[in-house]
Amino acid sequence: MRVPLPFGRGCREAEGEGFTGLEDPSSGPSGHLLPEGEGRAKKIMWSELPLFPDRASTIAGETDALFFALIAISAFFATLIFFLIFFFSIRYRRRAGRPRAAQVNTSLLLELFWTGVPICITVGLFIFGAMVFMRVRQPPANALPIYVVGKQWMWKVQHPEGRREIDELHIPVGRPVKLVMASQDVIHDFFVPAFRVKQDVVPGRYTAMWFEATKKGEYHLFCSQYCGTQHSGMIGKVIAMEPRDFEAWLAGSTDETPVKAGEKLFSRFDCVNCHAANTRQRGPALEGAYGHPVRLQTGQTVLFDDNYIRESILNPMAQITEGYRPIMPTFQGQLNEEQIMELIAYIKSLTPQQSGKPNP
Amino acid sequence: MNARESLEHQHYLNVSYGVKSWLLTRDHKRIALLYLISITLFFFLGGFFAVLIRLELLTPAGDFVQAETYNKLFTMHGLIMIFFFLIPSIPAVLGNFLIPLMIGARDLAFPRLNLLSWYIFIVGGIFTLTAVVTGGVDTGWTFYTPYSSTYSNSAVVLTALGVFVTGFSSILTGINFIVTVHKMRAPGMTWFRMPLFVWAHYATSIIFVLGTPVLAISIVLVGLERVFGIGIFDPKLGGDPLLFQHLFWFYSHPAVYIMILPAMGVISEVIPCFARKKIFGYNVVAFSSLAIAILGFLVWGHHMFVSGQSEFEGLIFSALSFMVAIPSAIKVFNWTATLYKGSISFHAPMLYALGFIGLFTVGGLTGLFLATLAVDVHVHDTYFIIAHFHYIMVGGAVMAYFAGIHFWWPKITGRMYPETWARLAALIVFVGFNLTFFPQFILGYLGMPRRYYAYPDEFQVLNVLSTAGASILGIGYLIPLVYLLWSLRYGRVAGTNPWHATGLEWRTDSPPSTENFEETPVVQEEAYAYDEVPEEVSLV
Repeated sequence: MRVPLPFGRGCREAEGEGFTGLEDPSSGPSGHLLPEGEGRAKKIMWSELPLFPDRASTIAGETDALFFALIAISAFFATLIFFLIFFFSIRYRRRAGRPRAAQVNTSLLLELFWTGVPICITVGLFIFGAMVFMRVRQPPANALPIYVVGKQWMWKVQHPEGRREIDELHIPVGRPVKLVMASQDVIHDFFVPAFRVKQDVVPGRYTAMWFEATKKGEYHLFCSQYCGTQHSGMIGKVIAMEPRDFEAWLAGSTDETPVKAGEKLFSRFDCVNCHAANTRQRGPALEGAYGHPVRLQTGQTVLFDDNYIRESILNPMAQITEGYRPIMPTFQGQLNEEQIMELIAYIKSLTPQQSGKPNP
Repeated sequence: MNARESLEHQHYLNVSYGVKSWLLTRDHKRIALLYLISITLFFFLGGFFAVLIRLELLTPAGDFVQAETYNKLFTMHGLIMIFFFLIPSIPAVLGNFLIPLMIGARDLAFPRLNLLSWYIFIVGGIFTLTAVVTGGVDTGWTFYTPYSSTYSNSAVVLTALGVFVTGFSSILTGINFIVTVHKMRAPGMTWFRMPLFVWAHYATSIIFVLGTPVLAISIVLVGLERVFGIGIFDPKLGGDPLLFQHLFWFYSHPAVYIMILPAMGVISEVIPCFARKKIFGYNVVAFSSLAIAILGFLVWGHHMFVSGQSEFEGLIFSALSFMVAIPSAIKVFNWTATLYKGSISFHAPMLYALGFIGLFTVGGLTGLFLATLAVDVHVHDTYFIIAHFHYIMVGGAVMAYFAGIHFWWPKITGRMYPETWARLAALIVFVGFNLTFFPQFILGYLGMPRRYYAYPDEFQVLNVLSTAGASILGIGYLIPLVYLLWSLRYGRVAGTNPWHATGLEWRTDSPPSTENFEETPVVQEEAYAYDEVPEEVSLV
């Protein structure tokens, strides 16, 4: 009793080089994790004609309200124009005995009227659309972070607690979730129609999106930015669960946490040689740096965030911290997007008190 | 019908014969016909690809063609329809034919340049067709990087070269129109006596000249990155993929107005003629064309609300996009008001024109949905977009093209098309169009992404409706092809001015002589002086 997903083929065989240790034995393609979720996600019969999508996030209602307002405005104007065309066409049709056309062809008042009315309406639409948009784009501070990597043609998900998934995303109901997303190759787009949110996943940078599910169930996940041959196979499910079930699900895995994995990478790639506490003369301190401003050699100040760390790993010469020599080598081509995310998770976890030792 | 009632007189079609007399012609009317033949071929080729797309989408599973083939089909459909049909359609055929006639000139300012434009267009077309034959291209007509520059395994460079070359044909046509309108108007043809068709083409030409070079540059950069691996767009090479989107849409959004402004020009001619009235608000309609041309350059970022550009950019581009809706709305109101107290007849051009107003209204209003930021986040890259721009491009531009072809057919060929068949075809096109594209609005809000070759079962009913509509639409487009060809030989001789229309093009023979006018006309009245024209056109 799942939402039909008839075309999953082609997603899973692409699993391959550069991705190690990500298979999650328990997150197979079946939705067995949702025993009591059946009521929601019903199989849609062939004879049914769906006209409106599921509404399952806090923002969906606001988007729909705007949508209905737009439909009302459009219906009004379309009806007005259609009515006038039909009315004039019949009333003033050419026929024997009717007088010639009366040359009525300017009216400043009318022109001002039908310029002014659309201006007022569009200003209103702009304001309301922008207000909801700003909410869609700004994740609440308490949002649960989850990392997502898009890759031709699959979605890879990494929970901070360690659990990994492919083409599925488990989330708790009633809690804002923030996705931090990267692409391994081309531009993808993470689209959940039932939540009315989408965001391009762009190679070379992190993009973020957030939502808060309001109903448990399984929802379509589509890639909506054309990404090559199996674009329409790059689909999956978002599975919204009761928080209690979600916690249990998270716990049901022995996967390494990203912080742990990042710590291993940190020593495997010899980052530790320059960035550890006793080697401060070579590389800047990382403990407690996350979220704080960094002064650069150029005198500029930038924020030490995900995108800054990512760039510093791949293109270290771009932004050199003040007081350090440009000696760091690039790791472009040696680390994939997931490994970079793990390193970031590790660096984020470093605090000044317990230098070198991550939070659990 | 004052002038000649037969086609015995010497005119641009019978003045000389033979392939050479056509391929080396400098007559704007013959060049227009060369364009007409070429873009008709491209239209039916692009339409054929559309048929295959709709057949694949008849069922949820991918079963009719391979995924790779499907991706090539929608790419080629988009490329051919946009660059080789819609952009040249009204300007290069009707604009080329009519602008000199409408302003009382003997030809365009640069006749050789005009012929060169057609040759460049054909060379670009041959490159693109070669790309189709040698395996096709699968990037989508938008060429988004880094897919197009690094990842695609198809004939991207050859296709890009085709689009690049064809762009120069647009630039040359634009320059030619601008100079012609400035320098070649007959005595008395002041700016505000010009037909709105000419105003619309003037505005379009500005976009041709300012926008097309940017497209050319971005296409060249894609090619360079693909061939030499220079890092412009691919982040792995140090580039920025969003840069491409900015460059691409800087041209390709104004390109939408390249397609719709000339269509609006056609409608502004047809409606006054069949309502027997001067157009309502001439100045407003003329300036709204310029406003669209200028504002159209400032809204490209609305294609990128979810691309990763900043929220601030999103806000600015949303506000500007709403602004560009205003001049379009003004035009619709003025056309509608033109009907008021008219004396309206319903010949085929008028049916197409009224259809245009209706469909363009729907297309324009759904544009508001896309300018509204939060709603666009949901419907972006879904079938809602597909439906919206087909309402503008097919419901708008193609309907207007058909209105124009029927309206000026007697002037171009000297013969009338069969009215009953033409009305029937207009009706079939209108019904087929709505059945094809209206269900796609619903599909889009349900969340069906565009460019999907297979889709979840619950979207099937709406897709079946759409495919059914497409087959009706296809018939609607084939009927005119048949009867227009038929009319070349068997159509009733039209005479100088079968519609009793105003405008200088109706004061010379049908078909006109190579020089257009026996003596340079002198203009003493404003455009659309229908009060001075003796009525009436018979109803059939």
